Amino acid sequence: MIRVVLPAHLRTLARSASEVTIEVDGPVTQRSIIDALEARYPPLHGTVRDYNTGQRRPFVRFFACGEDLSHESPEAPLPQAVATGQEPFLIVGAIAGGWC
Amino acid sequence: MSSVRVLVETRKGAFIIEADGKRSNWTISGPHFGGWEMYHLKGSLADPNRIYASQSSSWFGQTMQRSSDGGRTWETVGNKFVYDGVPGTHQWYDGTPHPWEFKRVWHLEPSLTDPATVYAGVEDAALFRSSDAGHTWTELAGLRGHGTGPKWQPGAGGMCLHTILLDPTNPQRMYIAISAAGAFRSDDGGANWKPINQGLHSQFLPDPTAEVGHCVHRIAMSRARPNVLFMQKHWDVLRSDNSGDSWQEVSGNLPTDFGFVIDVHAHEPDTIYVIPIKSESEHYPPDGKLRVYRSRSGGNEWEPLTKGLPQENCYVNVLRDAMAVDSLDSCGVYFGTTGGQVYASADAGDSWTAIARDLPAVLSVEVQTLP
Repeated sequence: MIRVVLPAHLRTLARSASEVTIEVDGPVTQRSIIDALEARYPPLHGTVRDYNTGQRRPFVRFFACGEDLSHESPEAPLPQAVATGQEPFLIVGAIAGGWC
Repeated sequence: MSSVRVLVETRKGAFIIEADGKRSNWTISGPHFGGWEMYHLKGSLADPNRIYASQSSSWFGQTMQRSSDGGRTWETVGNKFVYDGVPGTHQWYDGTPHPWEFKRVWHLEPSLTDPATVYAGVEDAALFRSSDAGHTWTELAGLRGHGTGPKWQPGAGGMCLHTILLDPTNPQRMYIAISAAGAFRSDDGGANWKPINQGLHSQFLPDPTAEVGHCVHRIAMSRARPNVLFMQKHWDVLRSDNSGDSWQEVSGNLPTDFGFVIDVHAHEPDTIYVIPIKSESEHYPPDGKLRVYRSRSGGNEWEPLTKGLPQENCYVNVLRDAMAVDSLDSCGVYFGTTGGQVYASADAGDSWTAIARDLPAVLSVEVQTLP
């Protein structure tokens, strides 16, 4: 079981709690987590990753275990504490996003 | 008794403002999608309870919503907007080639007859259509593919397709407008397009009378006379009497012919409305006075409409999609400002009332006239 913390806008879109749990088959990576998240919550398709490029959106960051993992490879294994559900995977809106 | 439903889209959510046909007592619901940029909502003429909404944010991109009960509840629908083929390049601000990149949906235009069909005008400029009530979207690629795309360039708001007009008398004919490319017409249901910019003159172009590259801010038509079009360009207000084949300037005695909105009275095809804005570098009304100008002669002769509007210290803007008219017997006119005010007139512009005062900056306004 993987724990994922969503930012406020994505919570309202998914109609979910702040923290959701998902199951991931195979290696636990950024890509497998987002794939599973989109499968569980279809309204989140295209909101974390750009549809056209498949890349993380510029104003979205990924944190876990006190580290910024945004610039790690989407295929890189995430820390064991995330894979075991001990620590959540955080999807965070960058401080610079949004309008005043 | 008839009623009206005003759809107000803002930087921080959507609001629905309703009144009966007297249009004197208004109720506001919202914010819907609080905190999201709501670029546009529009209801279907064929089924007024069907409303489509464009929801976006700089963090999380574009999402789409659909209501089947007049905006009380919403369902997230498809947000996959993928350009057909290799997108190619348009001009960047400095004239260099820049790849087409999808950013957001600016304008939604439901089919006049089928509630499940809706068109979307997007940035970077392209036209998409959904025939399954918003679940999937397909680009009408003939617009970008006819050859002038590399000469299009973004205006200050981005390179957006912001206007879609459907001819009520000819289901094959539609018009779109792009900042900054110009106006285009299709006579075959959107498969093929031609630029319709003859008569436009834009000083910021190397050739001021070029076929494309003009910063058209908005075009409007009367449903009763759809071959006559009106245009608010970056500068200049223009009119076409031949479905856009040629245009004539009708700015006449306007205090400035810069502006964004233009609309047509629901029952008088020669009565049109604009809101003059001082200049491209000062996006607020001249002299701090918010004035709607009305022409009853299809342009050239304009009268200021001021009753109920602030006539001092007003420095708001009115963006291109932020004016609409209802179709009640006494035509109602509505517009929203970047200061968060929504003004309504139940007497064709003679007098105005603020039906909302302190909303986030208004991006667009639409009105539904309900039976």
